[in-house]
Amino acid sequence: MNVPDDLFYTESHEWIRVEGENARVGITDHAQAELTDVVYVELPKAGAKAEAKGQIAVVESVKAASDIYAPVAGTVVEANKALEGNPALINTDPFGEGWIFVLKMDSPDDVKQLKDAAAYRAAIG
Amino acid sequence: MSDAAQKKTPLYDEHVRLGAKMIPFGDWIMPVQYSGIMDEHQAVRKNVGVFDISHMGQLTATGPQAGAWLNEILTNNIDKLEVGTGQYTFLLNERGGIIDDLIVYRTAPEEFLLVVNASRTEEDFAWLRKHLDNKAELQNRSADYGGLAIQGPRVIELLQALVGQEAELPARNQIKEFDYDGLKLSIARTGYTGEDGVEAFFPADAAAKVWNDVLTKGKELGIRPCGLGARDTLRLEMCYPLNGSDLSPEHNPIEAGLGFFVDLKKPKFIGREVLAQAKESGTANRLVPFRMKSKGPPPRPHYAVWREGEKVGEVTSGTLSPSLNEGIGMAYVASAHAKTGSELEIEIRGQRLPAIIEKKPFYKKP
Repeated sequence: MNVPDDLFYTESHEWIRVEGENARVGITDHAQAELTDVVYVELPKAGAKAEAKGQIAVVESVKAASDIYAPVAGTVVEANKALEGNPALINTDPFGEGWIFVLKMDSPDDVKQLKDAAAYRAAIG
Repeated sequence: MSDAAQKKTPLYDEHVRLGAKMIPFGDWIMPVQYSGIMDEHQAVRKNVGVFDISHMGQLTATGPQAGAWLNEILTNNIDKLEVGTGQYTFLLNERGGIIDDLIVYRTAPEEFLLVVNASRTEEDFAWLRKHLDNKAELQNRSADYGGLAIQGPRVIELLQALVGQEAELPARNQIKEFDYDGLKLSIARTGYTGEDGVEAFFPADAAAKVWNDVLTKGKELGIRPCGLGARDTLRLEMCYPLNGSDLSPEHNPIEAGLGFFVDLKKPKFIGREVLAQAKESGTANRLVPFRMKSKGPPPRPHYAVWREGEKVGEVTSGTLSPSLNEGIGMAYVASAHAKTGSELEIEIRGQRLPAIIEKKPFYKKP
């Protein structure tokens, strides 16, 4: 299972790429494999306020709807509109084209509370 | 997970070996998918797929009075069953509520095989035993038998590769026994996918051999092992009901739109009075198939159904149809709003999205 070293991770299987004051967020390879064929993504709106661990998006597979949580507090600056036409990008490229949204973090230090790649690898066994 | 959620079919090790994703399903642990629900679904629509149905219950009833007895327990008419033929039927409680939906086969003049839902096997068996009155010999052979559903347009090629090119396969709804490498294989031309297909039953200790032979012989036909995920999308595209979701003791077959499998001309069967009444005066709700009118999140069980500002029902099954690439589902809706073509709204996370009641089935062969 692919777990890139340069990202942070949550227990709920989101990944976070720090881009200055912003955090780009998606779900991990492990999560997409568990969810299977993604058929719909409910994206957050730009400007939406996100609380750390607050529900902010929904990813739906054929079988079920799964909540996606904001890893840190912030404001949504962008959502991945490409997922509206092609939600399967989450399956085919979870760490790349399958990103879900970008948050402007309230406090960039908050990412220090997240898991690093080694800790996430240990968590998913 | 408790031990109760860990009943394994004789094919458990094969599923794990193939990398299936295993999930609890009632008391069982079953494969939900191998290569992916979409891929498996398309394999069944275009080529052929094989499903482990060993978790399904297999009950037998034998004896000179067995047929007459079953006719007073089940809704369809056993007298219409020739030897070697099966029929879809219901087991009802006294209120007409559905305990189970099943297929009963007449395997010999005085011998019947009931193939029932996994989660209801014990309950069905207990119910039948309670009403037995010494009129038949009743057995639960579920633990000793395995089963496979082999489904898809290339099923005949596969079966002939398996049991011989000359072998004459059973016609639709018929069941036939074949000798296969020294074991008895019962093959029924039935299924839950809308494709041509069979369900094969055999002693549990032969399960791995039959499963692997089917996969090997099916390889050049494009076979896929298929899990419960594809089983659900395939059956829902055909509007076949799922017990526990679309059918339950709170609903009767008339409400579910399945009166065709109830013979009210029979003088007596459990639940008959309630069903005769329901047929005559209509039911408050009807199970209807609906399609989402726009792209968006797929419908799911328990979502509320609205019409003109009024809550009129609840979704019982829903998914994104892999064949149609649209949200489809079934819902119990107040009968006044249950006509084909009626506009509904499905409430999904606080939003009401437009849907329309369709005719069965959603999927028609191209």
